[in-house]
Amino acid sequence: MGVIVVSLAVALAVSVLLAIGSGAAAVPPGQTLRYLWAAVTGGAISAEEITAYQIIWQVRTPRVLLAVLVGAGLSAVGVAVQAMVRNALADPFILGVSSGASAGAVLVTVSGGLAAMGIYAVSAGAFLGALLVSALVYLVSRRGGGLEPLRLVLTGVAMAFGFQAVMSLIVYFAPDGESTSTVLFWSMGGLGGATWGALPVVTVVTAVSVVVLRRLGRSLDVLALGDETSMSLGVDTETLRRGLFVLTSLLTGAMVAVSGAIGFVGLVMPHVVRLWVGAAHVRVLAVAPLAGAVSMVWADLMARTVVAPRELPIGVITALVGVPVFVTLLRRRGYLFGGRS
Amino acid sequence: MTADLKVDGLSVSLGGVTVVESLSLAVGPGQVVGLIGPNGSGKTTALRCVYRALRPSRGAIWIDGQDLSAMTLRDSARVVAALTQEGGADLDFTVEEVVALGRAPHVRGNQALGPRERELCRQAMERMQVLHLAGRGVLALSGGERRRVLVARALVQEPRLLVLDEPTNHLDLRHQIRLLSMLKGSGLGVLVTLHDLNLAASACDHLVVLAAGEVVASGTPGEVLTEALLRDVFDVVASVVPHPLTGVPQVLYDLGP
Repeated sequence: MGVIVVSLAVALAVSVLLAIGSGAAAVPPGQTLRYLWAAVTGGAISAEEITAYQIIWQVRTPRVLLAVLVGAGLSAVGVAVQAMVRNALADPFILGVSSGASAGAVLVTVSGGLAAMGIYAVSAGAFLGALLVSALVYLVSRRGGGLEPLRLVLTGVAMAFGFQAVMSLIVYFAPDGESTSTVLFWSMGGLGGATWGALPVVTVVTAVSVVVLRRLGRSLDVLALGDETSMSLGVDTETLRRGLFVLTSLLTGAMVAVSGAIGFVGLVMPHVVRLWVGAAHVRVLAVAPLAGAVSMVWADLMARTVVAPRELPIGVITALVGVPVFVTLLRRRGYLFGGRS
Repeated sequence: MTADLKVDGLSVSLGGVTVVESLSLAVGPGQVVGLIGPNGSGKTTALRCVYRALRPSRGAIWIDGQDLSAMTLRDSARVVAALTQEGGADLDFTVEEVVALGRAPHVRGNQALGPRERELCRQAMERMQVLHLAGRGVLALSGGERRRVLVARALVQEPRLLVLDEPTNHLDLRHQIRLLSMLKGSGLGVLVTLHDLNLAASACDHLVVLAAGEVVASGTPGEVLTEALLRDVFDVVASVVPHPLTGVPQVLYDLGP
């Protein structure tokens, strides 16, 4: 177990370094390290290197670090959502969060609202849209203080359709074409908008969520035995599910606000990791964020280099890689998703 | 150590329908009490209140003189363990992991189990004859094996009262008999629902018969299991004869021509 975590951490560090150096202007790892060191310690950079340095430090580094955070966050939230709704096919967006975020982002783009937020206005719109959907899903599926897993999923799916319709309406009546590209960005996802400014908030949200979720590890295991059994084992399913709902909503909202709805990572990564280290959440939640981070770094690198100078939406890459992985898992003997084969 | 359970005037309404009405029963220390009755008579609902999955609408439940509703879930989980009708697990935990979750009410957070607790798990698995399955995934087990794993998990909880909802479901005959004789000899207070009246008569010290949410008979198997009761409550024509060796009443059915 410790070996897996350490190897993944090393793999992540190497991936980050390689990804920062790769792109239209390739920079060897040694030089990349030197630039990063200079940036952190305030060292001197010669005049002819200033362009390369700026690409590395101002453009690629925040982007790759955002990939790390989003990959880790989506994987962790995937594990948490699957536990919360007790459904192995759930992903972070099953509760309609992504369509709410898209609608919010499009609304801000079209109306020019939240102008006080400057370059973060659209992200803020997406975050508020995500929270609005979560709040609606919560209110609608609440029953006698408890959140029933199936009701949650059904309400989420219904809300997703509703907010997609709202988004289509806004786009349909919008005067310019900008809203269409906003929709495309928010529904396929992308890390092109990464800035140093957004990183601290995302780092804190992701780190806190992962730590909290991991501390709930044994309770999540108990929850997977069934709601009745959980109560008999002293785990209050109502409180736990409510807490998970708030946590996953905030984390998913934050992820979507900075990167759009990047699909498949949150669905596939929990399964890949369970296959690897077993089902216990303490182990899964130690490994999944790291594995998710590594794969997101590589997915983003592919997105921006495969058809360079153009850039593919990262959701295309995660789906093109994720679907075969998922299908292979489904067909694999001995891996049971939550039913008997 | 064993507990003394008293259920006093328990009523439960679900969605405006009264499912259990003024149910009172007691399980003395080390006593095995069977709850029997036709489908929909409120047996499971009553048990759910005892293992805290449901809040009663009226009435009280006392464990060793302590009001259950005043205890935290975690505290009551250290006294009462349950085998519910749930199938087992959503995820493919190993047998060992599921059994170890029985310690959840006793350990803090993700704290690893100590040597005594691991030994406790081993003994429980041995007792339920699932030790050889320890490393296997629970989802690949048969229904009966999974059921035995879940009983082992309940034993690991070190409860003073065991509540079991249809524990013999999916078990083969040998394991049905083994389980019930284990319960009888466990020294724990046991509250159990059973559909097999012959097993109930053999295993239980006391039977409580429910019909439409109300207690219609209560007493030793000899007092309760009569041909008249089978006809009136279960709508079954059957003969009741004493067991040739033990003398407990046994029900013989005739499917008719």
